[in-house]
Amino acid sequence: MREERELILKSLRYRKELLRVIKNAGAGHTGGDLSCIDILNVLYNRILRVSPKTFSDPNRDRYVQSKGHCVEALYVVLADRGFFPAEELETVCRHGSAFVGHPTRKVPGVEQNTGALGHGLPLCTGMAIAGKLDGAPYRVFTLLGDGELAEGSNWEAAMAAAHYGLDNLTAIVDCNTLQISGHTADVMNSEPLEAKWASFGWAVRRVPGHDFGALIGALEHPLEKGKPSVVVANTTKGKGISFMENVAKWHHGVPNDDEYARAIAELDAAISALEGVPA
Amino acid sequence: MSAPAPSMHSAAAKTRAEKLGLRLERANLDEFADTLLALARTDANVVAVTSDSRGSGKLGPFGQQHPKQIVEMGIAEQNLVGVAAGLASAGKIVFAVSPACFLTARALEQIKNDVAYSDNPVVLVGISAGVSYGALGSTHHSLHDFAVLRAIHNVAIVAPADNFETREAVRLAAVAETPVYLRFGKAPLYRLPSAGTFELGRARLLRPGSDAAFVATGETVIHALLAADFLKERNGIECRVLSVPSIRPLDTGAVLDAARTCRALVTVEEHSVHGGLGEACAALIAEAGLARRFGIAGLPDEDTVTGSQAEIFRHYGLTMEGLAEKMTGLMSR
Ligand SMILES: Cc1ncc(C[n+]2csc(CCOP(=O)(O)OP(=O)(O)O)c2C)c(N)n1
Ligand SMILES: [Mg+2]
Repeated sequence: MREERELILKSLRYRKELLRVIKNAGAGHTGGDLSCIDILNVLYNRILRVSPKTFSDPNRDRYVQSKGHCVEALYVVLADRGFFPAEELETVCRHGSAFVGHPTRKVPGVEQNTGALGHGLPLCTGMAIAGKLDGAPYRVFTLLGDGELAEGSNWEAAMAAAHYGLDNLTAIVDCNTLQISGHTADVMNSEPLEAKWASFGWAVRRVPGHDFGALIGALEHPLEKGKPSVVVANTTKGKGISFMENVAKWHHGVPNDDEYARAIAELDAAISALEGVPA
Repeated sequence: MSAPAPSMHSAAAKTRAEKLGLRLERANLDEFADTLLALARTDANVVAVTSDSRGSGKLGPFGQQHPKQIVEMGIAEQNLVGVAAGLASAGKIVFAVSPACFLTARALEQIKNDVAYSDNPVVLVGISAGVSYGALGSTHHSLHDFAVLRAIHNVAIVAPADNFETREAVRLAAVAETPVYLRFGKAPLYRLPSAGTFELGRARLLRPGSDAAFVATGETVIHALLAADFLKERNGIECRVLSVPSIRPLDTGAVLDAARTCRALVTVEEHSVHGGLGEACAALIAEAGLARRFGIAGLPDEDTVTGSQAEIFRHYGLTMEGLAEKMTGLMSR
């Protein structure tokens, strides 16, 4: 419970920080950042064996954010984990900055450059094959969008990862049911996801995507020996800000001053409520 | 708190545009969307194919008014182009609309084989082209599209410079019997001076001159035009300006005439300096046996600096001031 509370508080603070970064940059993928921030929180604070000190260790765990547009969430978590000073987030998207509006290896802690969808899973499949060839202990993780799954490259990699029995590979689907143009079910239906991944030879678990216990449980260990794992996280796009939740236009909406103030107030209220509760 | 969106033009450039009587119009993307909507209204055979790009392509009204004439493929650009080729083969007038960066990289093999080689007259519409996406970075820039498409036979390559060129290009593409690639940005543009009709393979003479020449394409043409006016006033240089909307077919006559007449020639494009309009002109001029002072203004062969489109243009001198500088540097060499 104590652990859960710590993670909940952290996520609330991450949400505040990523909104601040988006507001300051005047750009960002707000809805998807908010849907995946709890997943990133769990990965970087509970699962991944990687730190600024071990980032060049060949045995480090690897995380590649395939849904690269949600870069603000990644930058905020990396700053919190000490990969670079948080002040550097002021320069996101600014002229001459290393902090491009999609993940870039110019930023410490970023494994691979992403931003064009459908690249993370093939990259991670390669890393996982290398891990097997080297008998290395590391695990490889990637985060995919539910809309992103329309890219055929995902399914080419899914086939290969199962073929090579990559149980050191875990894909997480941020299944927020929305993409730019609206509901994924209407744009290009990617369901039923369990049946699809299972038929490709993957071990599948669907979890409530904002439930820390469930996320940790699904990610702590590979789901099954000899198979790649996929965790389908049922999330809410815009999670945590009442007026952003499940609203497609917040995909890349940047809050105006009033919306920003309201969003921060909601998060502050949630933080106070939680802090008022004895651990 | 948020960074103010920097303008594409300096105050001096804006003043000069006003002096030349140029009026700011809308983005080519908006002009494209309205032109396509008008075409769809009169011809039920017109079909738009999208890859979660309906909003980015300003096709919301198209989708509402002609729901049967829009085919959504989801985030799957290879499928978008393959399906577009299939639709075209079955007699549809197909506009495949997707960000230029993904359309011409991800789906390049579909363009090469299913569209160009198989001669299915798809209109490939690359939206938010060049560095329109600004700080979203290299994954989102299309600085390679002219280069890769120039190396593939049988695709016209068209980058309109203003709303007029856009409207004409969309109409011509709809009736073209071979594949066409159209490339649009999303920033508002000045209406260029009128210079006759629009034809594929014809450069438009925006300003006469026989000392020097700018040969420009797409949304950089305005900067070349302003630079020419600036050079006349400051240095007394009479600078010709050609708008070259079609990179293929290229108006070889107009380019060679500029090279023969003028002492220096600078090409301008929102593309890598490799493989675009500049190198097309360089090859043409060299093959004609002409030795000229020649420069290519574009995005250099480096990791593109982070910034908005305007900041990137300024950083690499794709502005009135930068182009004037490049031309005088070349002429004084
Ligand atoms: C190859 C490619 N095509 C298109 C895009 C543009 N794009 C960015 S985000 C996005 C929608 C993503 O939806 P989803 O995968 O569901 O992500 P989320 O809902 O988590 O934001 C699209 C189409 C892209 N970045 N890459
Ligand atoms: Mg989604």
